[in-house]
Amino acid sequence: MSWSSLIPATSFMPIQATEIAKEVDLLYAFLIIASLVSFVILVGGMTWFLIKFKRTSLDQKSAYITHNNFAEFLWSFIPLIIMMGIFYWGMVIFEKLRTPPEDIAAEIHVTAEQWAWTYRYANGKEFYSSANDPMIVPAGKATKLVLTSKDVIHSFFVPAFRTKQDAVPGKLTQLWFEPKQPGEYIVFCTEYCGTKHSGMMIKIKAIPSEEYAAWYHAEKKGADSPADLGKTLFAQKACASCHSIDGSRIVGPTMKGLFGSGRKFADGSQTKADENYLRESILVSSAKIVEGYPPAMPVFQGQLSDEDVANLIEYIKSIK
Amino acid sequence: MSSAQTKTEHGHTDHNYLNHGSGIWSWMTTLDHKRIGLMYFATVSTLFLIGGFFALGIRLHLAKFGATPLLEPDTYNKFMTFHGAIMVFMVIIPGIPAFLGNFVLPIQLGAKDVAFPRLNLASYYIFIAGAAIAASSMIFNQVDTGWTFYTPYSTAKTSNGVILLVLGAFTMGFSSILTGLNFIVTTHKLRAPGMTMDRIPLMIWALYSTSIIQILATPILAITLLLIGAEKTLGVGIFDPDLGGDPVLFQHFFWFYSHPAVYIMILPAMGVISELITAFSKKTIFGYRAIAYSSVAIAAVSFLVWGHHMFVSGQSTLAGLVFSIITMFVGVPTAIKLFNWISTMYRGTVTFEAPMLFALGFMFLFTIGGLTGVFLASTGMDVHFHDTYFVVAHFHYVMVGGTLMALMGGIFYWFPKMFGKMTSDLGGRISWVLIFTGFNVTFFPQFVLGAMGMPRRYFDYLPEYTNLNQISTVGSWLIGLGFLVGLITIIHGILKGEKASDNPWGAKTLEWQTSSPPPHENFTTTPTVTAGPYDFR
Ligand code: HEM
Ligand SMILES: [Cu+2]
Repeated sequence: MSWSSLIPATSFMPIQATEIAKEVDLLYAFLIIASLVSFVILVGGMTWFLIKFKRTSLDQKSAYITHNNFAEFLWSFIPLIIMMGIFYWGMVIFEKLRTPPEDIAAEIHVTAEQWAWTYRYANGKEFYSSANDPMIVPAGKATKLVLTSKDVIHSFFVPAFRTKQDAVPGKLTQLWFEPKQPGEYIVFCTEYCGTKHSGMMIKIKAIPSEEYAAWYHAEKKGADSPADLGKTLFAQKACASCHSIDGSRIVGPTMKGLFGSGRKFADGSQTKADENYLRESILVSSAKIVEGYPPAMPVFQGQLSDEDVANLIEYIKSIK
Repeated sequence: MSSAQTKTEHGHTDHNYLNHGSGIWSWMTTLDHKRIGLMYFATVSTLFLIGGFFALGIRLHLAKFGATPLLEPDTYNKFMTFHGAIMVFMVIIPGIPAFLGNFVLPIQLGAKDVAFPRLNLASYYIFIAGAAIAASSMIFNQVDTGWTFYTPYSTAKTSNGVILLVLGAFTMGFSSILTGLNFIVTTHKLRAPGMTMDRIPLMIWALYSTSIIQILATPILAITLLLIGAEKTLGVGIFDPDLGGDPVLFQHFFWFYSHPAVYIMILPAMGVISELITAFSKKTIFGYRAIAYSSVAIAAVSFLVWGHHMFVSGQSTLAGLVFSIITMFVGVPTAIKLFNWISTMYRGTVTFEAPMLFALGFMFLFTIGGLTGVFLASTGMDVHFHDTYFVVAHFHYVMVGGTLMALMGGIFYWFPKMFGKMTSDLGGRISWVLIFTGFNVTFFPQFVLGAMGMPRRYFDYLPEYTNLNQISTVGSWLIGLGFLVGLITIIHGILKGEKASDNPWGAKTLEWQTSSPPPHENFTTTPTVTAGPYDFR
């Protein structure tokens, strides 16, 4: 829209490195214009009355006006309509920010801790980084991050992408973005996390997707991929005694095609099997019992590390 | 004109609440709400100076003049924590209700005192005890969690000083609850003959709504704070994921109190503004009912929006949207009030003494604070702004630009009633110019910093944020200077001020119908009320 370009203030925003950033900035421009207009009406009106109705002599009388229903209705109703519009506009953007697209080109497990980030790729490449090792992602393709934390709450904020998400210990949260151009973008931690909160910065380096593919398949840092490690663990912990991987029904639900499928529970509720659901089911399966199955699975809380769980999840995801 | 008959009798009495009993002991054991109000004034001002010291320290550090940083990172984080905790729990929350409210509420109702004078004195000492416990954490075991005490940082990763600070806030909470209770009962039971509920001044409507929030929300904070203590000392595992707890649960509890608490901070300020605007426009308030009921509406809805602090915490998208839409609903009664105040000036006869300047400053700054609140209430926009300097600027515009401006206006307005003397109007105006200018210079750049992406609670930042931070620091010194001038003006007024008449501003509410300062039990004869509170015909 053309009027958005009238607002130099949007230039205070960081570069627009994603399509969504543009949409956010359009809403921002609208909000600035709407606010300026409201400000002028309110403070302008006030100033005008102050000048016009300034007391000039001692015996001056004020008018006696107590209320005016029509005016009061208007100035309640009009703001309400505008605010509902702003709510709706914000909602449309929010849902885009929250819903990763189907085709994800890179999926990275990000673990925050005081005061660094670790990122692990599906093939086992792993980086522990405070500032120097950028997070490599493909440009022009969608990347999804699965976030968690080892100690306190941190938050992953990429100003150029207009997105952020808290990394919460004991939980998995997610974030996605699609940088349009190759380039380097800064990442801040925005949830206060102690002494070096402000030093917890990294960079995201978006590189052309062919280059990314080459980088991704070049020598690995880790020996085995998380899915491989998960497979070993699956055998060690005797998960297979209750869960098949070929779709057949034994004591518990099969792992085949589980990830992303809809789950229905004994108490009638439903959810989609995402990372967080898998995590919870592995650690404390009694939290949600799938309809038609006995609550027979042992509690693994305290027996599996965060990393073990992440590996198991990767393995389960791979059983298509 | 309501109850004008009480006016003349007081001209010749020299007996008032200030000289009713002398010596420090008569103050410390007083049951007179006016004296208790002044004791809160002294206490809150002292705390404000301490909080202000930390603020200037923070800003000076962030100006990065010279190569070596002024503060160590840990010291910075402690400054940031003490600044926030003191200003929120010990200055802005008690400021207007406990100090101005205590002083004016009974007089405005035509009552002799609050319903429970002993409880009122007890509330004051509970407040002092809480403040002392909290302050002891500054000496013994400093805290660096920020005033929000988010878990598991507060429970698992930092010093045990948190327990002291939290215990202090817990104790002060009781003071807040008891004061609220006292105000509610006083409003219902002790109104003068003829003072119907639709004749009580808007200040009282505001204090009344605030009291409801105080009574309902503060216990939640109290329990939450106790849980932090329990988690830290006994390891009960409610918030700590290592013990099977949920860290985000704490945020729900915390904001379930602290969001309504922002209205504990602003509703009384709105009450003050309603009084000032009508008194200095010499005109009946426009839309009395709309203002009164919107206070109650805000109080009610404020309980349903806490999740707007948690859009990116991992709560579900749906929850985020529900909190967003309800938050938008709070914006409406807020807008209604602004329109009403402005319409009150329409065809009035407006004068510009210092209290009015503060009221106008309130409207200017609060408009900016409220409008930027809408930015934050919009989910898609807040994802970018959350936990950046944009939020810092937003809440300072409402809390400092709003509440503190109203508090200053209220002090200069009721000063003649409190002390029977006038402050220098010039002093008040100079103070206003400095605070108002300094405020915008300090906080407006922070909106831009937030848009640029600078997160809050940062000890250090990227080079591109330097200029705006330095401008902000310069502004903070102007504010400091403004409050200093204000303080000098007040002290000068107390010591050397000209004698004030009973009703120097020509206002209509009951407190102006008794002498300045009022006698021990407020009125020599109980006033009878025959008309609304702002009957400027
Ligand atoms: C009535 C006066 C108001 C006061 C006293 C107030 C106070 C505050 C405070 C203290 C915070 C920051 C809390 C923190 O994280 O430390 C805040 C944040 C927020 N305010 Fe307000 N506010 C007011 C008006 C509004 C209005 C009118 C709206 C929306 C229509 C609004 C929406 C928000 C939102 C959404 C946040 C959270 C932002 C974030 O953390 O990302 N506020 N407010
Ligand atoms: Cu809030």
